[in-house]
Amino acid sequence: MMKRDALSPSRIAAKVPLHLAILLFAAIWIIPTLGLLITSFRDPASIAGTGWWTVFPKLFSGGQYSLENYIGVLQGEGLARSFLNSLIISVPATAISTFIASFAAFGFAWMRFTGRRTLFMLLVGLMVIPLQMTFIPILPIYSKLQLAGTFPGIWLAHTAYGLPLTTYLVHNFMAGIPKDLFDSAAIDGASPFKTFARIVMPISVPALASVFIFQFLWIWNDLLVGLIYLGGKPDVAPLTVSIANLVTNRGQDWELLTAAAFVSMALPLIVFFSLQRYFVRGILAGSVKG
Amino acid sequence: MAEVTLTDITKRFGDFTAVDDISMVIEDGKFTVLVGPSGCGKTTTLRMVAGLEEITEGDIRIGERIVNNVPPKDRDIAMVFQNYALYPHMDVYNNMAFGLKLRKTPKREIQDRVNEAAELLGIQDKLKSKPRELSGGQRQRVAVGRAIVRNPKVFLFDEPLSNLDAKLRVQMRTELEELHKKLQTTTIYVTHDQVEAMTLGDQIAVMKDGVIQQYAPPQTTYDHPTNQFVAGFIGSPGMNFLPADAAKQAGQIVLSGEGFEIRLPESRSRADVPPRVIVGVRPEDLDGPLPESTNALKLTVSVKEQLGHSLLVYGNISGSQVVASLDPHRQVELDATVNLSVNLETVHVFDPESLTTLI
Repeated sequence: MMKRDALSPSRIAAKVPLHLAILLFAAIWIIPTLGLLITSFRDPASIAGTGWWTVFPKLFSGGQYSLENYIGVLQGEGLARSFLNSLIISVPATAISTFIASFAAFGFAWMRFTGRRTLFMLLVGLMVIPLQMTFIPILPIYSKLQLAGTFPGIWLAHTAYGLPLTTYLVHNFMAGIPKDLFDSAAIDGASPFKTFARIVMPISVPALASVFIFQFLWIWNDLLVGLIYLGGKPDVAPLTVSIANLVTNRGQDWELLTAAAFVSMALPLIVFFSLQRYFVRGILAGSVKG
Repeated sequence: MAEVTLTDITKRFGDFTAVDDISMVIEDGKFTVLVGPSGCGKTTTLRMVAGLEEITEGDIRIGERIVNNVPPKDRDIAMVFQNYALYPHMDVYNNMAFGLKLRKTPKREIQDRVNEAAELLGIQDKLKSKPRELSGGQRQRVAVGRAIVRNPKVFLFDEPLSNLDAKLRVQMRTELEELHKKLQTTTIYVTHDQVEAMTLGDQIAVMKDGVIQQYAPPQTTYDHPTNQFVAGFIGSPGMNFLPADAAKQAGQIVLSGEGFEIRLPESRSRADVPPRVIVGVRPEDLDGPLPESTNALKLTVSVKEQLGHSLLVYGNISGSQVVASLDPHRQVELDATVNLSVNLETVHVFDPESLTTLI
């Protein structure tokens, strides 16, 4: 009945051009990244001599690929350490900011207090302020508190920068939870905190997961905040800072740069592909029913 | 189990008065229904009893205790919502146990109570399921179960059957009636459906615009409505209303309108009536013996609806639609004019200004 219709020859024929077009666009978009990937497995001589597209005729024959470059960047250029640093920076910062945001979002969505609306608008309005404007006021304070160049210091910074958007997104989701659930919880005898912990948080897992991913990717890929708050100290530098330095110092060594690029892309790609459904759902947050 | 007393209850939202000075006593152990059209204040009243809505003026007592400032959880009430309000991340058992767990009830007792309620409602085999795996009717049973395990003094129902399909609604209605027979807990039930009100209520309060129009047993609201609104709201299809001239002639009140003249018996002609009135007659009271032309409505049939147990005929008199509910085997032709005998014992007369029932 319906299935049969969908597979009828005329239906398939109609869809083919559309799918071809989409595949074509996707292919064009991937070309630069593909080039990077191939280059990262080639030796410097081949890179200098021939273009990366020349591998295609003999794509799967061995001998022209090696992991030399990756070993080089990870060990030789210390990117392994930087990878770890990026993790140490991103995971706690994201966790802290998501945690705080969820409390705040619940308060803004479901609790009544004077100035709630104003405070919320102020918080969300903070998104308007460019990051750069905050460096000059904050850094002297950081120096005084000896937070500059430390992990806790950057956790604080990323949390603060991320809170407006994170709170806003989580708030939108929580505001969409049916009021009945809260009435029922009130009658059952749940205090606001218990309602938050035992009902709202479990229900909000999809939204929190997607916000976590969003925030995590943002922090992982961030260069500016890392540079400013951790700059100059190679042992705490995240991947982004290290790779930026690599470009400065070894700008002609494409084999290293491409490998480094993929080292930094690896984790976000894994995160994105494995948790894709939460990410997409999060973008549509607010339309989930309880 | 307790009596619920509302004294001079008013609820205002800014300029808007949702509930206007209501006073009523909901008797201990009785099933009381608040019924009325959307926006009449019934749900607001229920929520004030629950403690989910602040009271602007007046007092609510549960038993002897004034509960105006008592939080919902301490009022010893339980509520069933229209949309079930089940916790989606918990299974049925935990949904029902949640309130008890919060009150630090011993685990053993929780198990007993939940299993007992589940058996009563026929959902014992669903205890490990999540709400999304259940049908509408099952979810509603879980919601009712959650209320039962609390053993409250008062059950509050907020249009619990509105989300169910017609057949299921009828089934759940009878289940609720049986439940009430067993548990005998004081119940306040809100609905916009007058059939639910009539079938479930020991007492019904018909509300409109924040005011109780009539508070009486269902049959009384049907037989002796206090005003035109109640008369038209209770009973389906609704009562027909026709403008008429009224005059007293030789001890009988004569009502004359377009296409009809009705002479009321002396026993029903005692009241004073203004010259213009509204006559009310129920569709089922137009099925009298034929073929009187006095005390009958002349109706030109525009639509016929065969229901199986009755035949509905529609027509137009004085610009308003009139419907009669007749014996299903009666022969009626479309566009024919029929004489419908009016039952003189049940016809009503209303004052056109105040809309109160005169006769």
